[in-house]
Amino acid sequence: MTFLGMPSRNLVGEPFPRAARAALGNAQLRRNLAKATGTIRAKRASVVAEVPDWAGLRAAGAAIKDAVLADLDTHLLRLEEALTARGTTVHWARDAEEAARVVTELVTATGTTEVIKVKSMATAEIGLNDALAAAGVRAVETDLAELIVQLGDDRPSHILVPAIHRGRAEIRDLFRREMPGVDPDLPDDPAALAEAARRYLRHKFTTVDVAISGANFAVADSGALVVVESEGNGRMCLTLPRTLISVVGIEKLVPTWQDLEVFLQLLPRSSTGERMNPYTSVWTGPTEGQTSHVVLVDNGRTATLADPRGRAALRCIRCSACLNSCPVYERTGGHAYGSVYPGPIGAVLSPQLTGVRHNKTLPFASSLCGVCYDVCPVAIDIPSMLVHLRGEVARTTAPNAESAAMRALAWAMSDSRRWARALRAGRLGRALGRRRDRIGRLPPPLSAWTDARDLPRPPRQTFRDWWETR
Amino acid sequence: MSGVRVALFVTCLVDGLFPDVGKATVTLLERLGHEVVVPRGQTCCGQMHVNTGYARQAVPIIRNHVEAFADADVVVTPSGSCAGSIRHQHADVAAEHGGRRLAAAAEEVAGKTYELSEFLVDVLGVTDVGAYFPHRVTYHPTCHSLRILRVGDRPLRLLREVRGIDLVELPSADTCCGFGGTFALKNADTSTAMLADKMTNIVGTGARVVTAGDASCLMHIGGGLSRLRAGVRPVHLAQVLASTAAAPMAVAVR
Amino acid sequence: MSTARAEVLRRVRAALAHRPPAPDVPRDYRRSGGPGDLDLFADRLRDYRARVRLTTPDEVTAAVVAALRERGLRQVVAAPGVPAAWVPDDIRSDDHHTAGGVVTACHVAIAETGTIVLDHDARDQGARALTLLPDYHLVVVRREQVVAGVPDAVAALAGVRTQTWVSGPSATSDIELERVEGVHGPRTLEVVVVR
Ligand code: SF4
Repeated sequence: MTFLGMPSRNLVGEPFPRAARAALGNAQLRRNLAKATGTIRAKRASVVAEVPDWAGLRAAGAAIKDAVLADLDTHLLRLEEALTARGTTVHWARDAEEAARVVTELVTATGTTEVIKVKSMATAEIGLNDALAAAGVRAVETDLAELIVQLGDDRPSHILVPAIHRGRAEIRDLFRREMPGVDPDLPDDPAALAEAARRYLRHKFTTVDVAISGANFAVADSGALVVVESEGNGRMCLTLPRTLISVVGIEKLVPTWQDLEVFLQLLPRSSTGERMNPYTSVWTGPTEGQTSHVVLVDNGRTATLADPRGRAALRCIRCSACLNSCPVYERTGGHAYGSVYPGPIGAVLSPQLTGVRHNKTLPFASSLCGVCYDVCPVAIDIPSMLVHLRGEVARTTAPNAESAAMRALAWAMSDSRRWARALRAGRLGRALGRRRDRIGRLPPPLSAWTDARDLPRPPRQTFRDWWETR
Repeated sequence: MSGVRVALFVTCLVDGLFPDVGKATVTLLERLGHEVVVPRGQTCCGQMHVNTGYARQAVPIIRNHVEAFADADVVVTPSGSCAGSIRHQHADVAAEHGGRRLAAAAEEVAGKTYELSEFLVDVLGVTDVGAYFPHRVTYHPTCHSLRILRVGDRPLRLLREVRGIDLVELPSADTCCGFGGTFALKNADTSTAMLADKMTNIVGTGARVVTAGDASCLMHIGGGLSRLRAGVRPVHLAQVLASTAAAPMAVAVR
Repeated sequence: MSTARAEVLRRVRAALAHRPPAPDVPRDYRRSGGPGDLDLFADRLRDYRARVRLTTPDEVTAAVVAALRERGLRQVVAAPGVPAAWVPDDIRSDDHHTAGGVVTACHVAIAETGTIVLDHDARDQGARALTLLPDYHLVVVRREQVVAGVPDAVAALAGVRTQTWVSGPSATSDIELERVEGVHGPRTLEVVVVR
């Protein structure tokens, strides 16, 4: 692995099983999540079903991303050249800390003490807001959900709907408490709340001079950057401030403008379940007197690229279809993953970005049910990748009770006579279920099973013994 | 198709814990006029090892499986999950950790391996297997049968032809039950939360029997239902299909 | 900074040491759908709760004036290249603050998704801020500008430097997933389609 330095703390949290347990106990969260994911799932399914060539688009999307990754150095240099030629200054960052420092320096050089931000996963990943705060700069999130999260001093729980875990009454209370100049009698209907945010932010858009964005796509051959959004805050941030700094992961590239004909179909339908999102902005170099910077961020992406079995995770276009479809995510929510990238993609991407040894529980945060692969618009085989990463965890973990048991079991299972003996010995377990035909509570580690489910009582005769006597 | 010589891969779980599922598979296939053999050398497909991160340790298990079934004409197993592992994991794991020869041999066994409902519908071309099962039943499509094997509605087509059956649709049927092999232990809380929703849906149908093509998921679902004393019994698809008017399966709730 | 650049590129090359051949991209999808179906376009716009008026080349002015009157607007800002035949001089204003809306043309429109794309270097579409700050945006779309699908539009937009794709009014579903129209962009989008 070429990854050096410390993993970004925005990609690692407490062990998943423990965090999940806490989340599972939160009834309001469970209700909100079930409703939200269920609604988006249904919308996505219906707009995907109406596209007759979806399978073709999906295959093309996967192949375009693979082609970019296969020659990533060439495409990065091409992008840099195109951006520079049109007047954008290009910066590079090896890790989160460096990326945050580069952006912070650019911001402080303008003399501003406040910046406005368009929602961007990359800036969350590099912990930009904290870095800016440390330099005395306030970052104002302008996406409504991100603003809710920010005002609540909270963490996003979903890539697409970061405040999915908050109810309207909570949001109203938050606005009344934290939003300067807000109506003290603000009601809790979503339209009124959105209107309050509109007013508060309109002032910011027209007065703050530096904006920070990410990019959904960066077109290597022309230097065009693309931001896909719904609310119009992106348009505001990209247009009004004099300085625009865009933080772009090095995997966000597509080779040519034409390739967007695929992604601008795949993304909105997979993401919000719309035929097209309300606004998409495309800009090629600074316009209308702006100064523009692009910061290209590695932060573990090259380490991911180095693993042929893991690199497909870099195809991800952050649509969040896998989150919305995942039965684990639907119940635990995003916080349990401890990373800015939650859900199935987070479970494969976060450990790769940080190095598996720093993120050992996420590859196991899945029942391998396979829904994520089915819905992924760029056909990332997340289940197989999880299995691969589990192998990396096992390989880099010191021998323990689990590995000993696996070894013993493998030894028994690789020879049918040994296995038959083991099964016969297993019938001793019948003693545990003597009264009824089931086994109730057992001590640890078997209690992990029997806390909630009975075990069947082993039969008098195994199948193979029956077959022999038949 | 008539007179196929079927090599049964009974799976480790059925062998050790649910022999009735294996017996039912034998009964069913023989009733349809086919010869069943049970290669002695078989043990397990090694899926649990692979899916828990012990692919290297799974190699001797895979080698054992491939050798046990090398001479078979066709392999049938009453498990979507094990068929999925054999068809979609064995050759890859072998290629990475076990060498090219093993990978080629695994590929060959994979090519002649079928999950029970696939074998009945696609190979034998039957959906009416002459079964009789006079109970209210709901069907849970297991994840691996659905999304790795793509068995689609084959099990339902088989169930619809069963005499006397009252087949009721399971809401959110294609959502995972929360088993996931060692997931059920490593993430027991999440697994249990998923199980709870599955059980709510099952109980809501009023079915007396929940059926599926995998004994593993049924062990999980059945274990939860039994703990709740929910009065719904897990019965493997093979057992439903093996039951006839002459020899009906007794469905007593334990 | 240059060391970061060198290092990232070095890592990329090391990661690709056994360089996989770049796959050929299968283009098994609808590449070109030709002209768009106007009724479908109108339907899709209405789905997004945009207002739609279908008119003929001779009646564009009447349609625009009627739309503005319904909206209660006496004056609008228009992109500089918008013909006087669409927006007569007497209702044109330069003052964003007093005018209640903006009128522009577009570069291309997509029937299948109900999308309108603005080219901000074109005089009849104006700079980005022009269509962003007002609360009401009226777009005049000519028949030949409506294409069938996204690939047709992408082809038509090759080389256009600054674009805004608009599909209905600004919207959010961030609060309990309830859709609210009009957060930051214009809250009302009205489209006059010229047959
Ligand atoms: S992994 Fe696929 S489904 Fe999940 S967010 Fe990324 S692109 Fe979307």
